Amino acid sequence: MRRPANAQRVSLSLLGWIVGAITFFPIFWMAITSVKTEAQAISSTPLLFFRPTFENLEGMLTGGDYLHFATNSVIVSAGSTAIALLLGIPAAYAMAFYPTHRTKDLLLWMLSTKMMPSVGVLVPVYLIFRDAGLLDTRIGLVGIYTLANLPIAVWMLYSFFRDVPHEILEAARMDGAGFFQQMLWLLLPLAAPGIAATGLLSIILSWNETFWSINLTSSDAAPLTAFIASFSSPEGLFWARLSAASVLAIAPILALGWVTQRQLVRGLTFGAVK
Amino acid sequence: MNSSKKLGAALAVAASLTCAGTADAATTITIATVNNSDMIVMEKLSSQFEAQNPDIKLHWVTLEENVLRQRVTTDIATHSGQLDLITVGVYEVPIWGKLGWLSSFTDIPASYRVDDLLSPIRNALTVDGKLDAVPFYGESTFTMYRTDLFRAKNLAMPEHPTWTQLADLAGKINDPAHGVYGICLRGKPGWGENMGTIADMANSFGGRYFDMDWHPQFTSAPWRQAVSFYVKLLHDSGPPGVVSNGYNETLALFASGKCGMWVDATVSASFLNNPATSKVAGNVGYAATPFETTKVGSHYLWAWTLAVPKTSRKAEAAKRFAIWATSPAYIELVAKTNGWGQVPPGTRTSTYRNPDYLKAAPYAPAVLAAMQTADPTHPVEQPVPYTGISYVGIPEWQDIGTDVGQQIAAAVSGQESVDDALKQAQADTERAMKQGGYLR
Amino acid sequence: MHLSSATIARNPRRRARARTAVQARLLLTPAVSVLLVWMIVPLALTLWFSFQRYNLLRPTTGFAGFDNYSYLLGGHDLWLSIWNTVLLVGGVLAATIVLGTLTAVLLDQPLIGRGILRLLCIAPFFVMPTVSALIWKNLLLNPVSGLFAWLAHLVHVTPVDWFSKVPLLAIGIIVAWQWIPFATLILLTALQSLDQEQMEAAHMDGAGPAARLRYIMLPHLARPISIVVMIETIFLLSVFAEILVTTSGGPGSASTNLPYLVYKTALLRYDVGGASAGGIVAVVLANIVAFFLVRSVAASMER
Repeated sequence: MRRPANAQRVSLSLLGWIVGAITFFPIFWMAITSVKTEAQAISSTPLLFFRPTFENLEGMLTGGDYLHFATNSVIVSAGSTAIALLLGIPAAYAMAFYPTHRTKDLLLWMLSTKMMPSVGVLVPVYLIFRDAGLLDTRIGLVGIYTLANLPIAVWMLYSFFRDVPHEILEAARMDGAGFFQQMLWLLLPLAAPGIAATGLLSIILSWNETFWSINLTSSDAAPLTAFIASFSSPEGLFWARLSAASVLAIAPILALGWVTQRQLVRGLTFGAVK
Repeated sequence: MNSSKKLGAALAVAASLTCAGTADAATTITIATVNNSDMIVMEKLSSQFEAQNPDIKLHWVTLEENVLRQRVTTDIATHSGQLDLITVGVYEVPIWGKLGWLSSFTDIPASYRVDDLLSPIRNALTVDGKLDAVPFYGESTFTMYRTDLFRAKNLAMPEHPTWTQLADLAGKINDPAHGVYGICLRGKPGWGENMGTIADMANSFGGRYFDMDWHPQFTSAPWRQAVSFYVKLLHDSGPPGVVSNGYNETLALFASGKCGMWVDATVSASFLNNPATSKVAGNVGYAATPFETTKVGSHYLWAWTLAVPKTSRKAEAAKRFAIWATSPAYIELVAKTNGWGQVPPGTRTSTYRNPDYLKAAPYAPAVLAAMQTADPTHPVEQPVPYTGISYVGIPEWQDIGTDVGQQIAAAVSGQESVDDALKQAQADTERAMKQGGYLR
Repeated sequence: MHLSSATIARNPRRRARARTAVQARLLLTPAVSVLLVWMIVPLALTLWFSFQRYNLLRPTTGFAGFDNYSYLLGGHDLWLSIWNTVLLVGGVLAATIVLGTLTAVLLDQPLIGRGILRLLCIAPFFVMPTVSALIWKNLLLNPVSGLFAWLAHLVHVTPVDWFSKVPLLAIGIIVAWQWIPFATLILLTALQSLDQEQMEAAHMDGAGPAARLRYIMLPHLARPISIVVMIETIFLLSVFAEILVTTSGGPGSASTNLPYLVYKTALLRYDVGGASAGGIVAVVLANIVAFFLVRSVAASMER
């Protein structure tokens, strides 16, 4: 591929870095606040240079519970994403490559299952969970998150699958490949960036979901969202601590995001197809 | 022979694994609480309780106040039994006590010295003659002001100022050009936020929330005067952005030196006095909450308490912990490990007689005086059908209070006139009270 | 194409195609059945509760008829909150689509340090909405101690009192900051499947970057954009945490949207009947919005 002129690359990069810096700035500010004392955190002149204190972060990591919350978050997010992908990939495959005139309606209906605001359905769901013995269990949360993320996963996967050229799959079918073979060996590698993006977004949506995770768990299954919620004090200064908790909650996702974004590389396969 | 031995061994292993948790018969109690500094201290010291009571294990669930309230209510109302010990405010206890949701504290040991509890709080927590919750923290309000700024302008703060006097003083030290606002008050809409301040103000102008027939009084003269006063005061001497300032934001403002005066919770004193959390430590003076025509209802009473829901299956163990955590011995424990300044305030008379405490907390007498003159069961001068000074002890109050708070915030930000705001508040409240069955 | 089973049975190729159609439907079944149960059971319960007088704090229950609905719909701020909801959704959608597309195109270029840059631009989506709102409210937008106020003082301008004067805009900014990365991520991923040869050919034919953007990239992105619009709409209709933390719906009802209205009117008083009625109303509103959206984006979805 031709590389554009160097000057253009540099100026575009500069623009890119300015955009990135502005976008990331609030998070950067939060990270800085996490190593301040509470008094420094509320100071009206923004402090950029100060002696950092790691006691907030340390206190949280050694407090004992962080690991428990983090483990719950990982299990619940990864579990619900895995199941959502497991159910969603076949569904999106069917809708993308074997569409019927019902397909669009089906897609819309799936999305409509998300139209009910959680505040309206809290008590019914709470009662169902209570009677099924799912309160404060990880399985219960995984179930609810799967159902919440499944429509999103199907929509995104459908979009990415539609970008995969039909000809490849046709060719494979001509060669006698069955459904699953086509799906596993052809579709997944071709649509890998799309699947990775869908998985990442599903994990983030589960990781940050606050309403159900706080209302349906107490201690056994409480994830990091409950951990962070515990730092809002009715009476007191807590911003440094809250920032520290948020930094600890966002760190695993950032790591995951870094790994995933490398998946978003232009697939070499498309050129090869032609 | 061999296979049955194996089976027997397998069963034994399985049995021991499942029984491992229960072999010591350790009861785990789940405690739902707010993230209040006194609770943090309690959590840290609770390991001592566990050491003294090896048959009880503690599990803490810390939540933000409003989330906690909703979570606990849902849990108890649906009989889920997830929570064994709950932190509830003095607003919920009478309501839930009357519903029969709370397990009363009977058989209190003599060493607990239940008569030592401050009487207004004890009264507020007693339902049908029985103590339904035990307090671990209590507060009222008072006036805090910057002694350095007052000294510089040769001003003196009266011990029992009127609101008019306070407004006058605020005008004199108001200096936005140098980053000091005459007075900071809560402005964020909410029954526990701005209404906490405004209601007390209205009470002290002679107003009340409802008359004896449950008709809201928001368009009455005292309310109109009080809200107009509040709006003008903030307009003249208050900080910008006040309508999104709740308690925490205003505390941050004062602690970073931006406010000349502040009327709010007595617990703020411990933050403001501490150099680690406040830039103005050592320069804060205290006076009573202002009043206008009457002192009754000019300041509120609030307490965070521990209660045991009737749906808990471990009530006995939970009560044991609650008694431990609010006993005189616990207070001494905190004093020993964290110093007297960190002792939970506002629960026991003995705390306020202790010379060590008085030395560590010079504002203590002002706090005690405030708490002893605030009685939620007789909130204002005029007769009223409700309990609660800055709140109303009915379930519908959270919705109504937030709604009225929103209207007043609109008046503060200039979107509505005071009269329009109060008319809307009145109409909304009447509607809500009709829906709740209080009004026909 | 509706063929009789006899026709299908006689023709082997049609038989094969019918078989694949059945197999395709089988692939769909797990997802569909799971969602069906999830939708029907809570929806039925909610509908039932909405006609009941059911308050967690009042032991008595009973049939309430349309009481809950009339209480919710008769509130003085109902129409305002619906309008605010529409404004918020529309505004944030516009901001995220425009800025998301531009950012995706930018990140698709061979920039120096592109990997880290991608992460920086997507990171806001990783932060919990409550925490985002608190950061913006206290550390950035606060007119006394926020960063923006400090910058305003530097250039001798009165800082904007965001939450008093333009509360809905302030909330819109916070929400948009969180969702632009979502759009960026999806559109950037979609760009990965853009045929590079077409771009090269256009470049060699003399088409400038703006033309390439308009005639090649945007059509390719039409479907992903419509997907982003649909998904974001669903989420934006239920924005709640940001409002609760910053303005509590005020001043007045300037920043109250439908979920917050339901929360305030029903959940705060533990009125399950009222909250259920609010939920049903929200579903109806969402369906109306979706209907209009689908009509405008249907074409791009089909492409």
